[in-house]
Amino acid sequence: MSIARAVAIVLAKELRLEFRSRELLTTTLVFVLMVIVLFSFSFDPTSEESRKIGPGLLWIAFLFAGSLMLNPSFAREQANDTLYALRLAPVEPFAILLGKILANLAFLLLTELLLLPVFAVLYNVALLPVLGPMVLVLLLGTLGMAVTGTAFSAISAQARMRELLLPLLLLPVLTPVLIASVECTAGLFADPAELRMNWLNVLVAFDVIFLAGSYLLCDTLLEE
Amino acid sequence: MTSSGKTNWAATLGVAVLMGIAGYAALYIAPEERTMHEIQRIFYFHVPSAWTAFTAFFVVFLSNIAYLTRRDLKWDWIGVSAAEVGLAFCTVVLVTGPIWAKPVWGIWWTWDARLTSTFVLWLMYVSYLLLRTLLPDTEKCARISAAFGIFAFLDVPLVYFSIWLWRTQHPQPVIGGGGSLDPTMRWVLLTCWTALLGVMILMMRQRYLLEKMRHDTEELLHAAEDLASKAQERTTR
Repeated sequence: MSIARAVAIVLAKELRLEFRSRELLTTTLVFVLMVIVLFSFSFDPTSEESRKIGPGLLWIAFLFAGSLMLNPSFAREQANDTLYALRLAPVEPFAILLGKILANLAFLLLTELLLLPVFAVLYNVALLPVLGPMVLVLLLGTLGMAVTGTAFSAISAQARMRELLLPLLLLPVLTPVLIASVECTAGLFADPAELRMNWLNVLVAFDVIFLAGSYLLCDTLLEE
Repeated sequence: MTSSGKTNWAATLGVAVLMGIAGYAALYIAPEERTMHEIQRIFYFHVPSAWTAFTAFFVVFLSNIAYLTRRDLKWDWIGVSAAEVGLAFCTVVLVTGPIWAKPVWGIWWTWDARLTSTFVLWLMYVSYLLLRTLLPDTEKCARISAAFGIFAFLDVPLVYFSIWLWRTQHPQPVIGGGGSLDPTMRWVLLTCWTALLGVMILMMRQRYLLEKMRHDTEELLHAAEDLASKAQERTTR
């Protein structure tokens, strides 16, 4: 079986599993919405200030969402020991990891795209003129989160206190993604809007390095 | 006294003497800096501690790779020893930094590039050690934490570059960075680094032996339990 086909099968399985219950998506959606509302209480921003802190707030909310949402990716497999079955399949181990990465990317992107308009309304941001580049930034930033998060979910699933452990492992490592995504978003929301290419390059570099790292380490991560 | 005990004593004594020389050189031999005066002398321990921490973290990375390719627990012990010692030196950097910054910059802390990235580095190795305490058996702990250690080290250049791009206000590097450092100052700095590297190796060796002893004790315990259960089986039969 080719890698692409194996990836597609794992991806389809993950999507089917999630869309049967939709529990992960709904919980995360409500969680991020709550964070956005709570932020405005704790900072009480004027409309000028809210445009200034908005990009940071948005990505902090997404980052928290990611560190919660990515946990079940491997933890879910453990309840019925289904990871064992997946590993028995005669496919490249990276296909399993990549399928999960793509599924998590889809879940996170979907959440973000649903929340972006809400955020734009609440924080007075002109979203429509920069929608194209914004989606690109979301895609690259979220890919970094999904790759690292899926790999670390495989790590934390093996440990005790995994729900607490995943954010702890993930957040310091995602520092470059946070800074770069916030800078890109701030550039797009600025007047005049600009796409800060050097920061976009940081995101691309992060994605490439961590995808390569996951490829090299996936045997170790999936081993029992 | 055994011969390994003797070498241990000799090494400890050597490093202690070296530390004494380094301290004396930093306080009395190094010339006074023109603008920062006496407070600048903390530089002779602040900067070498940072270098030593980086050296230790690099050792962690190498032993992580070595463990995953060789699967010999020895490498895991070296890894955890280097991580703990590196974290201790990194803490020294984070503590001496503000002590230096307060009189010179007028503030304890600023979110400048090098401070922030050192802090993030510190956090990453704290989570590395924390992860190890939460993983169950020895083999799994070694394997999983090695994978995380490699990911964390891959992240270090990205963290440094992105935070550097984000802001910079720190005194630019003076060694090998085009800046000029008084030859005596350079000599004292390198002496201090050698001394701290000696301390690092000494501490890592102790920590390694401790980890090995812990492992051996566990093995003995398992062996004893096996014997006990076998003996019980025999009596019930």
